[in-house]
Amino acid sequence: MFLITCPYCGEAREEQEFSHAGEALIQRAPLDATDAEWGDYLFNRSNRKGPVLEQWQHTLGCRKLFIVERNNVTNDILAIKTFESLRSGS
Amino acid sequence: MKRLPPQPCERIDRTQRVSFKWHGRWYSGFGGDTLASAMLANDVTPVARSFKYGRRRGIMAAGTEEPNALVTLEGGSGHHTPNVRATEAELYEEMQARTDSGVPSLKHDLRAWLKPLHRFLSAGFYYKTFKAPKSGWPWYEKGLRRFSGFSGAPTEPDAEHYDQQYHHTDIAVVGSGPAGMAAALAAAQGGARVLLLDERSALGGEMVSDCVTESRAGQWFEATRQALAEHANITLLTRTTAYALHDYNLLLALERRQDHLALPARKPEQSRQRSHHIRARQVILATGSHERPMMFANNDLPGIMLATAVRRYLHEYAVLCGDEVVIAGNNDSIYALASELLDAGVRPVVVDSRDSGFDTRALQERGAVVRKSHAVIEAVGRDRVSGARIAQVRQTGTRWDCITLPETLPCNLIALSGGFSPVVHLDCHTGSKPVFSGEWQAFMPACDRPNRWVAGSVNAFPDWAGCRDDGLYAAARALEALGLNPSAPATRPQRTTLNTGPFVCLSHKRDKTFLDMQNDVKASDIEQAIRENYRSIEHIKRYTALGFGTDQGKTGNVNGIAVAASVTGIPMEQIGTTTFRPMYTPVTMGALAGEETGLLYDPQRFTPMQTSHQQQGAAFEVVGQWMRPWYFPHGDEDMHAAVARECRAARSALAMMDASTLGKIDIQGPDARELLARVYTNAWAKLAPGKCRYGLMCDENGMIIDDGVTACISDTHFVMTTTTGGAASVYAHLERWHQTEWPALKVYFTSVTDHWSTTAVVGPKARRLMEKVCSDIDFSADAFPFMDWREGTVLGVPARIMRISFSGELSYEINVAANYGRHIWDQVHAIGQEWGITPYGTESMHVLRAEKGYIIVGQDTDGSITPYDAGMSWAVARNKPYPFIGLRSLSRSDTSRPDRKQLVGLLTEAPDTVLPEGCQLVRHPTDTVMIGHVTSSYLSPTLERSIALAVVRNGFALQGETIYARPVSGAVIPVVIRDTTFYDAGKEQLDGER
Repeated sequence: MFLITCPYCGEAREEQEFSHAGEALIQRAPLDATDAEWGDYLFNRSNRKGPVLEQWQHTLGCRKLFIVERNNVTNDILAIKTFESLRSGS
Repeated sequence: MKRLPPQPCERIDRTQRVSFKWHGRWYSGFGGDTLASAMLANDVTPVARSFKYGRRRGIMAAGTEEPNALVTLEGGSGHHTPNVRATEAELYEEMQARTDSGVPSLKHDLRAWLKPLHRFLSAGFYYKTFKAPKSGWPWYEKGLRRFSGFSGAPTEPDAEHYDQQYHHTDIAVVGSGPAGMAAALAAAQGGARVLLLDERSALGGEMVSDCVTESRAGQWFEATRQALAEHANITLLTRTTAYALHDYNLLLALERRQDHLALPARKPEQSRQRSHHIRARQVILATGSHERPMMFANNDLPGIMLATAVRRYLHEYAVLCGDEVVIAGNNDSIYALASELLDAGVRPVVVDSRDSGFDTRALQERGAVVRKSHAVIEAVGRDRVSGARIAQVRQTGTRWDCITLPETLPCNLIALSGGFSPVVHLDCHTGSKPVFSGEWQAFMPACDRPNRWVAGSVNAFPDWAGCRDDGLYAAARALEALGLNPSAPATRPQRTTLNTGPFVCLSHKRDKTFLDMQNDVKASDIEQAIRENYRSIEHIKRYTALGFGTDQGKTGNVNGIAVAASVTGIPMEQIGTTTFRPMYTPVTMGALAGEETGLLYDPQRFTPMQTSHQQQGAAFEVVGQWMRPWYFPHGDEDMHAAVARECRAARSALAMMDASTLGKIDIQGPDARELLARVYTNAWAKLAPGKCRYGLMCDENGMIIDDGVTACISDTHFVMTTTTGGAASVYAHLERWHQTEWPALKVYFTSVTDHWSTTAVVGPKARRLMEKVCSDIDFSADAFPFMDWREGTVLGVPARIMRISFSGELSYEINVAANYGRHIWDQVHAIGQEWGITPYGTESMHVLRAEKGYIIVGQDTDGSITPYDAGMSWAVARNKPYPFIGLRSLSRSDTSRPDRKQLVGLLTEAPDTVLPEGCQLVRHPTDTVMIGHVTSSYLSPTLERSIALAVVRNGFALQGETIYARPVSGAVIPVVIRDTTFYDAGKEQLDGER
């Protein structure tokens, strides 16, 4: 039951206010992908132990999605990034 | 066992006599007693029969680590509490307690008579037995459960209630022994807000014994207790057990608020127990340590107790647990007990397994007998201990040998101290593993998570002054971490030592040497597990059930690990402990539920028309969290009669339905139309303002996930509807794709489900009614075609009217701002009486749409149905510029297979046979391979026979064929496959009466 600091609301809030929204930075495969490539995009995930990049949505707050780098063994949150910051390269 | 005259630091109130009932007899104790101390004072023994072997057991400890004395309080009533440790139950007037551990009774136990069979009931016997005959299984389970002898479950509703409280604090201190008391006071004086918890009713931990023997201790205790009570920054919670420590210092604790009060004295308006949820910026664990018993044959006999327990009963409760005493141990604390027993007039024999340098001359002069390098190898006795057989012992490598012949010491109490195990549990809940220290002969808390500290005997400080100093040190560190300046410098105190010797693992009668009292696990079981190749401590635990009980192995685990170490030769640090998980001690279900029971269990959502529905006599169905009218029975109609009447009204005259619960999402922006094109399968480019379109939504896997009608308000404004249950997930789905994949699209979403209420007016007379309630819209068929919407004023209220139909009849949905919903409903109902307007609910809604072959997402689809499978290829526009969600998947080899499950209609041969929904379908009557299942099934009042929808492999190609439904029980039912539109294939009803 960890705390996440929403980068938009600017406060640490209980995990219960948020919803996990899948592995972050998955690239949508193009329309001409082979069945194998499309299946890989649809179903295969890295499933790493340790630091992982995942998406969380502040569903009971501002409804924004952002990226969390979390150690999935210790639940330590290592970094929180907005999509805007990634796109602008900052 | 007897009650002594007043002791200097006793905590009982001799002016208050308290009576309690145990197995039909009344006994007497004092206020301040626990059930255990009162039972000891009354010489009640045995208190239980053991789990597998039915052995007689007595009280072993004085706190939560008690493994034997589990009782049922107030059995059979609304206050029935199972498996309470007698050592924790505070005695109250007319307490009724019993144990259910005897089979059939405490006095006479069948399992004890089966002694010759006990060797077959060793670890894991149930994996090797009860294999045949298989038919005996229900009995084996019932029989085994009866044999286990734990408390029965409550049969009455709980007469009391529970609640929860949330705290945010700077420093939470768990445990109020000297370490916790010192830490809490120093932390508060340093400026922090402090929460101090203790599982007992009074502060002090194990210090009471020290207060008796050392006046300095008593003075410090009194002064500190006073200061804690007076300090404004401290919140003190006694009778509160911290049972879990989660990430980011979320500490969960259970406060027993009224359990110590006599039943008539409990206030009904107050909660019985409270679960505290505490977020602490810093946590100091001053949780103490549990003493370990020594290991020898029959060490489970009544009258064999932990040494600290004997001290507590003596000092706090003035109970002497025996007058012919043998003290056996491997550390210096045994001599402190010896001295205190001498003060009480007892001359103990001290059996020290070490060749210890402790100076025992003073004790011997006072009358104690001391045997160093000796150990108890066996206890003798039947109902209780009557003697201890001791011998001189020597350790060679991992082996312990007796090097003299045993001698028998008569005794009625054996006090054991095999060392102290720090209470590491809370520290382990977040994944840390404790580390074995050879110096302290203990598993030490790793304490490697941030913002957390340990102090006191959990940190191997054995004396009260050391604990106090360690508490001050931990508080200083915690204050520093908070950026507050501690008054005392943060110097780490030095530990004194009890010179704890190694674990004595004798080889004599290991099948009678008990490690885990609660589950009857013996040293021989550990040997057996290892012999059968269960080597990891986690496997040994599970195979033998070591540590499985409600005591989580508090007195048994470390001894078990020591035996494993001695058998395998693997050092204890390598074997490690098993994983400790919450809860530290059992927590009532009621406390976990708190107030969220009954009506508060789940939120209930109502539409604005709820009161009208109730007044009209609706029966309700829970859909998600919504209360939806299910059907509206008249008189004593059952559901079928009501549904028949409602459907006939809808198809022949006029009916009405509350459709407010459907999800509604307002979508605006220059790219709103493009967004729709990407999330739906169908085309949106040409949908003009004033028009509506049915949209089919798929996931990236090409499977239908939702559907609904979307209305075009303007080129940059649409209102999407979703299924009732899909509202939240579709909303999140849109946001996720927009924010992560299509951020360049200029569009925004607003959930407006609760902003609008919807009254559907349905039937051939619908136009007549609409003309009466709205005068600024032309409702003629040409002016207001099907799938259009219009803005107007209905009964004085601004409205959007959608001409859409889920029934196949002429139908208008009146959407108004939610708070006008009931006004519209009531007025439409009144005005519609002219045509016999009939309200209907979800059941009729289901039947009407099924007669038309319209799907319900989540009923006829299950996440594995594509638009093509559902026969809706007309809804798929493959030539949109951007590949919509699911497009690529529709051409996967698996999704384009011809023999996929396809949506068809089914007609049974016998018209009143209604197929069970979910029923399996097979090609031939005796086939066991399923080719599909029934998704929707009803008795159709319109067709006056049963109808069903189903998904069947190759269904489209099997039109006209007969297949078979195989219900779970009963005969096979032949069915004919047909298309899904049972009624009005020509869509003539859609325009209604012109």
